[in-house]
Amino acid sequence: MNTIGWPNFRSLNQEGIVFAIAVVLFVAAAIGLPGFIDANNLVAIVRSVSVLGILALGMAVVIIGRGIDLSAVAIMAMSVAWYLQLLNSGTPDGLAFAYVLAGVLAVGLLNGFLVAYADVPAIFVTLATGSFVFGYVRSQLITQDAVPVPQGHWVELLGGLRFLDIPIEVFVFAGLAFLFFLFLRYTKWGRYIYFAGDNPVAARNIGIPVRPMLVLRYVLSAFVALIAGLLTAASLHSINTRVVNSTLLYDIVLVAVIGGIGLSGGRGGVRNVLVGAALIGILLNAMTIIDIPLLYQNLIKAAILLGAIIVDGIINPRDEQTAQQGDI
Amino acid sequence: MKFIRTLMAAATALAVTAFVAPTFAADDPGPAAYAQALKGKRVMLVPLAMGFDLAQGWAHYLKTEVEAWGGVFETRDPNWVVDAGAQAITDAISSDTRPDVLIIHAPDLNSYSKLMKKAQAAGTYVILVDNPANFPADAFVGSDWDRLGQLEAEAAIKGCGENSSKKIGLVQGDQANSSSLYQYAGIMKVLDKHPDFKVVAKPDSNWDATTSRNVTTTMLQQNPDICSIIDFWDGDATGASAAIRDAKLDGKVFLVTTGGGEKAADCDKLQDGTYGAVVMTDLARQSGDMNAIIKFLLQSGQPAGTSHTYIYTLEKATTKADLKPDSCWDLKALQAEAAAK
Repeated sequence: MNTIGWPNFRSLNQEGIVFAIAVVLFVAAAIGLPGFIDANNLVAIVRSVSVLGILALGMAVVIIGRGIDLSAVAIMAMSVAWYLQLLNSGTPDGLAFAYVLAGVLAVGLLNGFLVAYADVPAIFVTLATGSFVFGYVRSQLITQDAVPVPQGHWVELLGGLRFLDIPIEVFVFAGLAFLFFLFLRYTKWGRYIYFAGDNPVAARNIGIPVRPMLVLRYVLSAFVALIAGLLTAASLHSINTRVVNSTLLYDIVLVAVIGGIGLSGGRGGVRNVLVGAALIGILLNAMTIIDIPLLYQNLIKAAILLGAIIVDGIINPRDEQTAQQGDI
Repeated sequence: MKFIRTLMAAATALAVTAFVAPTFAADDPGPAAYAQALKGKRVMLVPLAMGFDLAQGWAHYLKTEVEAWGGVFETRDPNWVVDAGAQAITDAISSDTRPDVLIIHAPDLNSYSKLMKKAQAAGTYVILVDNPANFPADAFVGSDWDRLGQLEAEAAIKGCGENSSKKIGLVQGDQANSSSLYQYAGIMKVLDKHPDFKVVAKPDSNWDATTSRNVTTTMLQQNPDICSIIDFWDGDATGASAAIRDAKLDGKVFLVTTGGGEKAADCDKLQDGTYGAVVMTDLARQSGDMNAIIKFLLQSGQPAGTSHTYIYTLEKATTKADLKPDSCWDLKALQAEAAAK
């Protein structure tokens, strides 16, 4: 046996590999880059991936249940843009928030209903609802891409909140990560998500309410997107709906998948999201300090993802079950 | 009696004037030729997206003029998607109602070159606005981005002052858009003349405010004594300003950016000190330039693609000190005006 010396490579999964890459990068950056290890910079790293990480938590729960939510970014940007637009046109705060919350939950319910009861593949449903949400809100409810936060509004104050000099987003990310961890690990419905994701038919046969749970996951993901949007607006004092056209959606999937949450469902957890977010955060921060142009940053990011997937494919060959069911 | 005679004389004089005046006007061939050349002509604006201040301002000013001379004004909204813009242009060229003038806001140097050539071949005048492209359009109306970059750099140097760290940070847009590339070239031209000033970092924001915030945070972390930051667009400079605010460096870092001179986007932020200087495009004048060249082309009788005119908009770096009530135009006011109609 191999108790001392080389680690057992066979026991390394993608999460382990990515974690190792993150640690290596971290150590290299700490040695090679002046100012990297500074406490403020470390806070900045965590903060830079907080919103991304929050969105990835919602995405992770959906993916574990063998689904995907491509409407997350549209919900995040458009709900908050609509909220701010309502405020700017004089709607009372409570009423505006109630409208937006109802809208967000409605889209989550619609996603869940179509996937669970109409049996439409999640990838198509959420792609369509995402486009619909963007198109409807952009054309009917708001007048401009960028909607500012009204002066002195609580969203603006939220952005200035600090505890121990650490921005509020970091605490929200940490808090949500903890809640999701508790939910997935210790609640009955949380455990059921794994069963449903691993084998929906079997889960249903043993009496798990697979369909209502599916709906719940999409509602959860939509709600988390709203929180992420509010935090973005809080920090920037405005929300720009252009973000829907950006690569943010792929970055969210990237964080979840690179951390080792399999797209075939039933595997992974909050820890995987944290590992994925850590790698992306360290990578982006180090590349910005070195002043690498964005084009190369994307190239490097993509190369590392590809590398992790290839290594995972070699170390953990696809088993019979995934081969039969296929990924989403 | 005398009073009545005077009154009659006055009435006669008035009547004569009233009759004579139109005769004079009818003798001026201008208005008739103008109306004949322009009436019913179609003008189409294809910006990068309709959802931001520049495009909405252009559309407002163009529409007012075009409709006033009896033309038809249309816009297309590609919503930042290059393919959608290409589709819009293709459809426009091949439709029955082919526009006589196509005003294009190019996303990069090359994407629409072939389509613009096709448009000209079909007989449509092509006017490029704001972003230059590798294509001999009938006219280019917009900023000289190189000059604009120079103005930004000069504003940054002035904002830093002689006794500062003389460290400048750039937040570029991307490495494909001509406005970003030429802006950078202009900035470097000025900084080459001031060798004591140094660019300490020059990350890209990809025109995204969150990215701008993150890279600026890192930049300030690495160089807390930066005296000025130039962000290449006011659309994402809100991110850079958030990073400055978060680092508690408000008032210490002089933030320079550029924009369309919209009140909420630029003047309000100069007023509250978020931006130190904004190189603003005089949008009403720029739209006026477009209107003038449209009228010229439609009356010229020359085939599309014959001449190539560059009309650069006068740019100026505005600071809080030289803000005037009319420094900016107000999108909200324009929208309210449009809604009232």
